[in-house]
Amino acid sequence: MAENDDDKTPSVPASGDEPVRPAVPEEPTVQATVPSTPEFDFSAEQNELRTGLRRFVERQSDEATVRRLIETDLGYDRALWGRLGSELGALALAVPEDLGGAGAGLVDQAIAAEELGAALFCGPLLGTVGLAIPALVAAPAGPVRDELLPALAEGTRTAAFVGALFAPYDPSATTIASSGAGERTTLSGTVEQVPDAGAADVLLVAASGPDGPVLVAVESADARITVRGSLDLTRRHARVDLDGAQGRVVASGAGADRAIRHAYAVAGVLLAAEQVGIAQHLLDITVAYAKERLQFGRPIGSFQAVKHRCADMLVAVEHARSTAYHAAWAVQDPSLDDPELAVAIAQSTCSEACYRIAADAIQMHGGIGFTWEHQAHLYYKRAIADAALLGSAEAYREVVSSRVLDALGDVRAPVVATG
Amino acid sequence: MSPGTSTTTSDALRVEEAARKVVAEHDPRSVPSEELLGALFDAGLAWVSFPEGLGGLGLSRGLQSIVDGIVVDAGGPRGFALNPIGYGMGAPTVVEYAQSTEQARDWLRPLATCEDIWCQLFSEPGAGSDVAGLATTAVRDGDEWVLNGQKVWTTLAHVSRWGMVVARTDPDQPKHRGLTYFVLDMHQPGVDVRPLRQMTGQAEFNEVYLNDARIPDANRLGEVGAGWKVAITTLMNERTAIGGVAGKRGTGPIAEALGLWSAMPERRTPVLRDRLSALWTKTEAHRLTLARARRTATKGQPGPEGSVSKLVAAELNQDVYEFCMDLLGPEALLYDDYTLRRADRIGHDPGATLQQRFLRSRANTIEGGTSEVMRNILGERVLGLPGDMRADSDRPWREVPRG
Repeated sequence: MAENDDDKTPSVPASGDEPVRPAVPEEPTVQATVPSTPEFDFSAEQNELRTGLRRFVERQSDEATVRRLIETDLGYDRALWGRLGSELGALALAVPEDLGGAGAGLVDQAIAAEELGAALFCGPLLGTVGLAIPALVAAPAGPVRDELLPALAEGTRTAAFVGALFAPYDPSATTIASSGAGERTTLSGTVEQVPDAGAADVLLVAASGPDGPVLVAVESADARITVRGSLDLTRRHARVDLDGAQGRVVASGAGADRAIRHAYAVAGVLLAAEQVGIAQHLLDITVAYAKERLQFGRPIGSFQAVKHRCADMLVAVEHARSTAYHAAWAVQDPSLDDPELAVAIAQSTCSEACYRIAADAIQMHGGIGFTWEHQAHLYYKRAIADAALLGSAEAYREVVSSRVLDALGDVRAPVVATG
Repeated sequence: MSPGTSTTTSDALRVEEAARKVVAEHDPRSVPSEELLGALFDAGLAWVSFPEGLGGLGLSRGLQSIVDGIVVDAGGPRGFALNPIGYGMGAPTVVEYAQSTEQARDWLRPLATCEDIWCQLFSEPGAGSDVAGLATTAVRDGDEWVLNGQKVWTTLAHVSRWGMVVARTDPDQPKHRGLTYFVLDMHQPGVDVRPLRQMTGQAEFNEVYLNDARIPDANRLGEVGAGWKVAITTLMNERTAIGGVAGKRGTGPIAEALGLWSAMPERRTPVLRDRLSALWTKTEAHRLTLARARRTATKGQPGPEGSVSKLVAAELNQDVYEFCMDLLGPEALLYDDYTLRRADRIGHDPGATLQQRFLRSRANTIEGGTSEVMRNILGERVLGLPGDMRADSDRPWREVPRG
């Protein structure tokens, strides 16, 4: 039968010239201690978390606020960001308690990402919560981690992750070189587009050192950061030039590889959840509009051409939601599925669904949907950016292809008529 | 799968214990299937959600999978597989609408043992998606009703003992109000079952001609004129049954595509690889959505996840088999056998060829509600969009144009 044995798929070696290192003692998998509800079963606390965050963003991240913030230099409200960390604890839900977090789990953090995404909450969520915090959580203990993690979790400092963020994780893809592998290192190289870098206090850099990957923390003031005009007004890109920048080494070799890999997996989950939130919001406003907008003497939602497109949007949202939640549960509890495959399924499904729904939402709104005054374009721009971040739907289909199709074992061939 | 609350934990244990007892006392490998299925009925395990005495225990429907799992693991048959329309649609309708408990029990036990196969006589040549537009008439004659008309797409009619039939009892009422629901004896004079050959060459379905077929009033389900309400019970159960259950990853139609991909390395191209990858991923999304729907249903909060599954499964099947045909190349255009064959069971025929499955998949977006009607249902019932313009609202059925 066509049972896949994805767990046994060997991971691809990083690059040919990487020196073979002695085996590093395996560290325990991150998140293994979180008490997990059965898959797709949200606890009462998780439902409360969702309701609470929804209420918070209704007041604090309404459309007027988002429109005001995208006109500011920084692009977000530092005080509000601090409240998100300290008052709501929404930045470090998946951080173990002994590292200053809530010790909840990735499913909880995904719920937060969904609700904040639905409201287009402005702030360095991807850089700080999606990538930097999980990288630090998965990194070996050390002074840099212990100093940075609580500040990021509290919301007193923010971070961006400097790496190849427009493709699935590939350790050989970094363009930043690191010299020396002591506590401090000097970096060289430039990354043209780094989301959230303009708003970050600290940069977590995925670099390549003489002994393989290195994870380096650099104070933003020590790098040359140039904010660029971004298609998505709610999450800006900046150029980061690190030539000569001094940084502190967080992890190197296998430890760095593990930390970065975990960060990409978590960010993949949270980005997928954000896409679900955006897609659901757009479906909701589209359906509401189709009920009230009259043309030819009837609500446009009574026309099958409109109704059927809304039905297809519903199907896409439900599929996106299932894959995003599954990925959250699988990364939290790897006994459920191969986490990287689960993330690939979610990323390819959610990127496609969210973008398609955003495009359809504009179409269903007609002319008003194309105006600056309507919220649709803000979401549409986030949707196309999210679909490219961490790799496109096509790139993740390639991950699925290599993990599933190229790894097919003995599969029963179907009966074919031969005439 | 562990249930969500402590209440269902004890219910689950009770069901598990009862099922193990029946299987131990009626070893599926040595007793005839009627005996095992009868014992399951008597123990309230045929449909755990039904009332006690009628094949159930009055428990949550989600617990049925525990029973089915134990029976199948012990090598026994699932009644649902042998008598799908009876188990999935007939029984829930009988339990809700039979005129007496005795009548319900008389029907349900032989249905459960599969000694009586059931079929469903709804569709007509002039009433497909618009089932309520049907023209078969039932005229009262003392304690009996006399039926005349033609039904179509009747699965398993040629092996059925009983048929669920909806007929028009008042043509002067608007179409939904003039219908009445009956259970028809398929073995009586005036019931003529003819095979309906499909494009695959096979005859899975039948046409059923009713010429003065008589039904005692005691076999009426629900009130006279309230047949539509009864039919909705049947139809809702049909869609749940068609939507499917979350199987293991890589099973179902996608397994055929993976098998073919594995067997035909010389036919692979990057474009076909991407198509297969997209189909595999969509199959996963569908499977995970079914799993999520089952989880929410167990907690008693059915969400929109379940209602999308029928639509998705149908279109996905077609896409997967179309991919297989493209991968197969010229050989796809060969066919072994168009000789008329009749199926005694519905569901997958393990020997069916890929080309046959490909042709059969065309029915998926028509049977059990066309994809167009399913999208209307999602739009109107799940999203709450306004109803379509209708030409037949509040008009007597007699005056509505038909064709």
